[in-house]
Amino acid sequence: MTIMDDIESRSAPNNDEKTVIYRHRIATRVTHWTWAIALFFLLLSGLQIFNAHPQLYIGNQSGFEFENSVLSMRAMQAADGTVGGYTTVLGHSFNTTGVFGMSGTADDPAYRGFPAWATLPSYQDLATGRVVHFFFAWFFVAAFLVWFVSSLISGHLKRDILPSIADIRALPRSIVDHLRFRFHHDGRYNGLQKLAYAGVLLVIFPLIIATGLTMSPGMNAAWPWLLDIFGGRQTARTIHFLCMAALVVFFLIHIFMVLAAGPLNEMRSIITGWYRTDEKKNEERSA
Amino acid sequence: MTRFIINRRKFLTIAGVAASAIPLSGCDAFDSLLAGQSPVRQFLASANGLSYRAHRALIGDDTLVPEFAASEIRQGQRPNGTTDPTDPDYLALKDAAFSSYRLTVGGLVEKPVSFSLDELRNMPSRTQITRHDCVEGWSCISKWTGVPLRQILDEAKVKSEARFVVFHCYDTMNLGPQDAVPYYESIDLIDARHPQTILAYGNNDKPLAIANGAPLRVRVERQLGYKMAKYIKGIELVSSLAPFGGGKGGFWEDLGYDWYGGI
Repeated sequence: MTIMDDIESRSAPNNDEKTVIYRHRIATRVTHWTWAIALFFLLLSGLQIFNAHPQLYIGNQSGFEFENSVLSMRAMQAADGTVGGYTTVLGHSFNTTGVFGMSGTADDPAYRGFPAWATLPSYQDLATGRVVHFFFAWFFVAAFLVWFVSSLISGHLKRDILPSIADIRALPRSIVDHLRFRFHHDGRYNGLQKLAYAGVLLVIFPLIIATGLTMSPGMNAAWPWLLDIFGGRQTARTIHFLCMAALVVFFLIHIFMVLAAGPLNEMRSIITGWYRTDEKKNEERSA
Repeated sequence: MTRFIINRRKFLTIAGVAASAIPLSGCDAFDSLLAGQSPVRQFLASANGLSYRAHRALIGDDTLVPEFAASEIRQGQRPNGTTDPTDPDYLALKDAAFSSYRLTVGGLVEKPVSFSLDELRNMPSRTQITRHDCVEGWSCISKWTGVPLRQILDEAKVKSEARFVVFHCYDTMNLGPQDAVPYYESIDLIDARHPQTILAYGNNDKPLAIANGAPLRVRVERQLGYKMAKYIKGIELVSSLAPFGGGKGGFWEDLGYDWYGGI
């Protein structure tokens, strides 16, 4: 029972009247940190790979003699002769000198999509970017499979991740609570939290893995239907990039919420499993 | 119980400090760890072998990549790498419109053979409209016509100890500090015998252009562009890749790229 339940009260170390519950099972904690480390390296090596051809397209191929580009980060010469970094999104160009398209210093400009501080290695090295990316991709995918199977068996998926009808009904209140920074430390996920985690774990993670596989010419032979699902290799590359951007946004919100909700207690629960709720000891069973 | 909590708190502090150090250190902190042939890089690169074995297990030996309709050919084949070799022996061939060209097939074969361009053109051919994927990330759809490599291998009768096909090329590449070295590539016998692996002499219903590898280039459709050697001089069947170039199986591989370019 205690092993199966991710969020459950049980007798626990307790040095005041607040209740400490066992919130995160070992599978949740190990996969969380595997993903944290793997995604850090996947992001930076992925931006390195992107920089080898900092342009995204829709369809099977890249338009060199026709137009199907949806995003590019390139150094271009403006009408007045000055060279700058320009990010073009769906035909609209923005001057992003210093960050995208052109970075570095005025004396030593670097013509690259993402700047040196955002890529691994910091200098242009596609080969090493690929080595790092595919190494951590294996850990990312393995952690996903472990998490999915164990969460399905333990009931974690149904109980804590998929929003219930009650969660959906309570969403407006949950949104107001978040806006007022009023958090309920009962150890359970609220509706917005469940939606965020379900979105990342059940939508973005499978999508970023599947679009990654779609870019492999070898996998195109084995599973050609991947190309049909995503509308071609270059569209898959674009979706892969958008999933990355969504995960960066999730990460920023995630860290902000940890800081807002009490970083020590939150960090303790994702490392040790134990979480201090704001419920009184005698009320724990009724919650 | 109390002592356990203290240990946990210590662990928490250490983990917290360690975690906060990662973003602070910035990306160039990893540069020296990943440079050249560092042990860390070599360890990470071992995952490439796992990807290769996973693909061989998952993908049938003769499973074809999707082919496209003629309407999908919307642009010329984009060239990359060498686009106009200036090596003297190549220039001599080019001046004679490749009439003196002979593809040599040697190494671990029962019967070393060579073929002129006309002989190759008169052999049974295969035409396929496929997508070319560059390691940089772009793709281009094009029509290729050529001789299935498997036919050439069957004529030369590959010895049982052969494990790889090495492609020797006319063009030399000069990147970085080292001297110009001849381009070369290699694939295993599974990809060499794959039905879509052809020695192409035609592209988009025309003779193969010089920028795309004239007179002969290989198409290895389940791998990336750098595996598909252009300006092929000869084919050698070998049991080990160690004697060639830097020993990693290809020009780009010697510079750190993965030998198996299926991802």
